[in-house]
Amino acid sequence: MSAPHAIIASFPDTPSFYHAAEKVRDAGYKKWDTYSSLPVHGMPEAQGQPRSKVPIFTFCGGLTGFTIGISIVSFMNYFDYPLIVGGKPFFSPVFPFPIMYELTILLSAFGTLGGMFITNLLPQHHNTLFENDTFLEVAGDRMVIAIESRDPKFDAQATRQFLESIGGTDIEEVTA
Amino acid sequence: MSPTQAAILSKVQPAELVEQPLVTNNRDFNWVTNKICRIVETKTPTWWWVCMAMALLTASFTGMGLAYLVSTGVGVWGLANPINWGWAIVNFVFWIGIGHAGTLISAVLCLLKQGWRTSINRAAEAMTIFAVICAGIFPLFHVGRIWFAWWLFPLPNANAIWPQFRSPLEWDVFAVSTYGTVSVLFWYMGMIPDLGVLRDRAVQRLKSGVHDGSNWLTKGMDHFRKYFYAIFAMGWRNAGNHWRNYEMAYLVLAGLSTPLVLSVHTIVSFDFAGAQLPGWHTTIFPPYFVAGAIFSGFGMVLTLMLPLRAVYGLHDLITQRHIDNMCKICLGTGSIVGYAYIMEFFIAWYGANPYESFAFINRGFGQYSWAYYMMFGCNVFTPQLFWFSAVRRNAALVWVMSIFINVGMWFERFVITVTSLANDFLPSSWGYYSPTIVDIFTFFGTFGVFSVLFLMFVRFLPLMPIGEVKYVMPQGDPHGHTDHEKGAQH
Repeated sequence: MSAPHAIIASFPDTPSFYHAAEKVRDAGYKKWDTYSSLPVHGMPEAQGQPRSKVPIFTFCGGLTGFTIGISIVSFMNYFDYPLIVGGKPFFSPVFPFPIMYELTILLSAFGTLGGMFITNLLPQHHNTLFENDTFLEVAGDRMVIAIESRDPKFDAQATRQFLESIGGTDIEEVTA
Repeated sequence: MSPTQAAILSKVQPAELVEQPLVTNNRDFNWVTNKICRIVETKTPTWWWVCMAMALLTASFTGMGLAYLVSTGVGVWGLANPINWGWAIVNFVFWIGIGHAGTLISAVLCLLKQGWRTSINRAAEAMTIFAVICAGIFPLFHVGRIWFAWWLFPLPNANAIWPQFRSPLEWDVFAVSTYGTVSVLFWYMGMIPDLGVLRDRAVQRLKSGVHDGSNWLTKGMDHFRKYFYAIFAMGWRNAGNHWRNYEMAYLVLAGLSTPLVLSVHTIVSFDFAGAQLPGWHTTIFPPYFVAGAIFSGFGMVLTLMLPLRAVYGLHDLITQRHIDNMCKICLGTGSIVGYAYIMEFFIAWYGANPYESFAFINRGFGQYSWAYYMMFGCNVFTPQLFWFSAVRRNAALVWVMSIFINVGMWFERFVITVTSLANDFLPSSWGYYSPTIVDIFTFFGTFGVFSVLFLMFVRFLPLMPIGEVKYVMPQGDPHGHTDHEKGAQH
């Protein structure tokens, strides 16, 4: 039998799941996560996680979109092929505003989706947890906390006892 | 205070307003998961095949209309001077407008923290995307030589001419393509956790041996699901960390889609308002178009969701509260639209511009007055019935009224487009527009195109966001309700 990848424990309902997460955080574990088929309100705080970095990607995308918008219009209608329309200036930041606006939103959206994938380290089709039958039940109503063996505080015996002490049931070792 | 007053006061209690639950009958998490997943996982129902066959047949009309158009030329449409914008633009605006309710539900109601949006937002977003596809057909094909449609985009072409960015029509290209793309991204991202659920359930079934003895097709379908959903779920693990980034991304996308959806129909309205034609050249158009779009979109959401609710028995997920809220939005936006109709008339009189006055008198009493009354009746009077809860509680009646809303909103675009063009500044060139059979085929067929796509969605993708539905249930609340296992029914 190979070394354990993680120890998983299940919790019967959302409040006990939430409070257990707070206890794991307070116990000082670092390489662990909660698993549930719904986003639990306030869980990032209970897990001691910082604010998501996704908006940074959104901002970069939006800035790129805005720049592309202003560049294509000024290049195409002012520089490369000056277009006389009603004797108006070849370029002004006002008339092509919808172009800049839409491109800002378009690339912000791509940045956001890309940012979600990057911050979540997805796509990652294989994970040892997927091998575990109990873990697959998270798709239904199971709520699981998994503490990984690469956590510096991980100790097969002590961690198992700790998970039991915070109300975990069906405690299992997931092996790779 | 006298003793009598005190006695009365002690009896008078503040009314206890019970909030209707969003998932009724005290269902539990497993029930929700099973209910939504089994739509995809069980055998294809017969009605689906029947509807699909009808939808494909209907869609073929668009195919025929377009094939004939491309092989012959845009002359096969009923366009003739002075009416050079006919059904194509009407149908385009009609379909784009329908899409707006999906984005409103998924984005605006998300920002406003309206929990009731959860069970209808996925289907409404799907509706948005399919409506945008149907809408896109018309501007794409109205250019006639469809193979030059890419000239709309700022790409270098043989004539070395770039698009003219002062034109609202060019803004429209950007607005609609951005809208379509962002809607797909938003829809897909929302679906990732549910695709993960479908993947895990397929793996569970394959591992558990429920397929022992069952035929190869049932087992093969689960093998297909295991890989198909896995590819698109991208390895989603339902981790707290995943949810944290996902929720942030969702919120940001909602924040981006809100100004986007408002801008799309605003820019569509600029197609008209940017012209100098009486009846088009009005500043009321942007808000009026956006309200109308939301109105027609909610009409379509009701048209689609009420039958689905009945067929799949989703009454605990799409409750009377959901229908009430949708009807009230129809009432609100329908009233705004009605106000705009009346205000247009008032301004035409108040503005004292003879051409403008004529345009509106002509709408009400001219050769197209039948279309105007059709529009006014469907859009202004129909939603007013939603003031009565007895009407809102009658699902069949609500469904019929939602059809009236769809019809009325199509006629609104027809009235705006055609009446203004038919009787413009020069009476000697006045005309009367009638669609040809090709126009009618092409438009009729788009309902088939839409239905084919929507039926595919219902059959193969999760109809509702499972995680979000669970989030608004009392059992999903981390502070309190611990009766999860106790009172729940399976």
